[in-house]
Amino acid sequence: MIISVASGKGGTGKTTVAASLAYIIPGSVYIDCDVEEPNGHLLLKPKIINEEPAYKLIPQIDYDKCSFCNKCVTVCEYHALLNLKTEIFLLDNLCHSCGACTYFCPRGAITEVKKEIGKLRTGKTENNILFYDAFLKIGEESATPLIKQVKSAYQGSRPIVIDSPPGTSCSMSEAVKDSDYCVLVTESTPFGLNDLKLAVNVLIQIGVPFGIVINKYDETFIQLEEYIIENDLNFLLKIPFDINIAQCYSKGELPALMIKDYRQMMEELFGKIKKEIVEVKENAG
Amino acid sequence: MPDKHYKQVVILSGKGGTGKTTIATAFAEIVNNKIIIDADVDAANMYLVLKHKVNSEYDYFGAKKAEINLDKCSQCSLCESVCRFDAIKDFNVNKTSCEGCGFCYRVCPDNAISFEETKSGVYFECELEDQSQFYYARLLAGEGNSGKLVSELKKKANDKLKENIKWIIVDGPPGIGCPVNASLSGADLVVIVTEPTQSGLHDLKRLIDLLKIFKIPSGVIINKYDINVEMSGNIEEFIRSEEIPLIAKIPFDKMFVKAIQNSKSIIEFDKNYESKFINIWNDIEEIIKN
Repeated sequence: MIISVASGKGGTGKTTVAASLAYIIPGSVYIDCDVEEPNGHLLLKPKIINEEPAYKLIPQIDYDKCSFCNKCVTVCEYHALLNLKTEIFLLDNLCHSCGACTYFCPRGAITEVKKEIGKLRTGKTENNILFYDAFLKIGEESATPLIKQVKSAYQGSRPIVIDSPPGTSCSMSEAVKDSDYCVLVTESTPFGLNDLKLAVNVLIQIGVPFGIVINKYDETFIQLEEYIIENDLNFLLKIPFDINIAQCYSKGELPALMIKDYRQMMEELFGKIKKEIVEVKENAG
Repeated sequence: MPDKHYKQVVILSGKGGTGKTTIATAFAEIVNNKIIIDADVDAANMYLVLKHKVNSEYDYFGAKKAEINLDKCSQCSLCESVCRFDAIKDFNVNKTSCEGCGFCYRVCPDNAISFEETKSGVYFECELEDQSQFYYARLLAGEGNSGKLVSELKKKANDKLKENIKWIIVDGPPGIGCPVNASLSGADLVVIVTEPTQSGLHDLKRLIDLLKIFKIPSGVIINKYDINVEMSGNIEEFIRSEEIPLIAKIPFDKMFVKAIQNSKSIIEFDKNYESKFINIWNDIEEIIKN
């Protein structure tokens, strides 16, 4: 079972919900896919057992063989290669590691070599949650290859909770695709609603079933609930604004551990998700 | 080279939800001779608050995408074997996974794969009530390449820059990846909006490291500082050690949420904040002068 937690807007409480879900699911695995700004470790406080560099492949030119024929430059859709006549210059931040330049070089002058783009970590929490996260190297631009690597770091059959990066573009869809279910966390503001709609469109397009959690719930902002009802979306849980939760988070403490009401809400949330997953499978089969 | 007639201030946070847009919107209300760019193209929000009329709409073409013509395809599977993005399965291209490298299109022996630019977003040139220009964009669902859209948006704004413009104010995206880098081009100062939480500090440090690489000066606003005064102190201590100025500390106030809920800027919603934000902006001008 793979449950991902996402939100269009940042700061809605994704990480708190994801880490809390992992905390209450027995024998769970938590994977932080927000590789630009990973924060799950601050709440779950895992003991790190392994840390290793993560790489992407980039082309390396053998100038004994290169004739500066320009083929590699013309097949690179990302404009990552420049022909300076005495050198093929690589803008490695633009390279997507597609391998086309290496394949099409008529002289076999290109080999692919590893370039470090960040680090991957494995850990374990006191209550036996398996923990994975990754840090994109500062200045490195493309998060997607690192997200793929941290997602594939765990290959077992335990229940997995994925903490997605914010937004609705490639990083977010990379993190949530292949999930059995996605929890979208939003908040009671027009910003929360606007970004929820965008995230909903992405999930519909990539075909991941989802439900909605309203965090920092405020009953005066009714447009959010109207949207959920009008579009017949699955509503999972509302979490009222509570200064205790905010303070708990600010200190890096897990609300599910410190606040009983919050823990109960997470148990209820997990119950609903399990039910939804079963329903989706029944409908599909 | 003559001095350019304007300065560009980019508002960033690393962590999402710290109050970037709220603060950028407040500046939009009090600064004159400016243009405003919402560079959070994944999830643009300023347009919800800033009263504007759209003058022009432009299509954005991101990466090209491959498509297999099954009438021509001989099912050799070469395309599937060369694709590094697992985007091809059963002679069908998954548009979300396709990163537009064109490898399959070039390698196909049957010429069965087309590779065309697809519309992956729109962007808008708007006018605010005070007649200043305002730009924002919308990426279509599941599209990548948000960095390129940010660059295109900023370029459009730059091409149409009037002589009297003194300020370009950019509301940036969260994170430290490609759209953030694109939003930083040409920045004279980055205003970092953080919050007194463990995550706020953690993400602030990563953002500051990024700005060191680009050698762009910055200043910090601690938003909701009184949610955790001790953590706020830690942040102040950290930025002092980095010789980064503290621009302001803003207390937690439900009025900020109420303003957004009413689709209003904090200035419009609560006049008390007008002088406060004018003071903050004056400090920003001072920092840029020095």
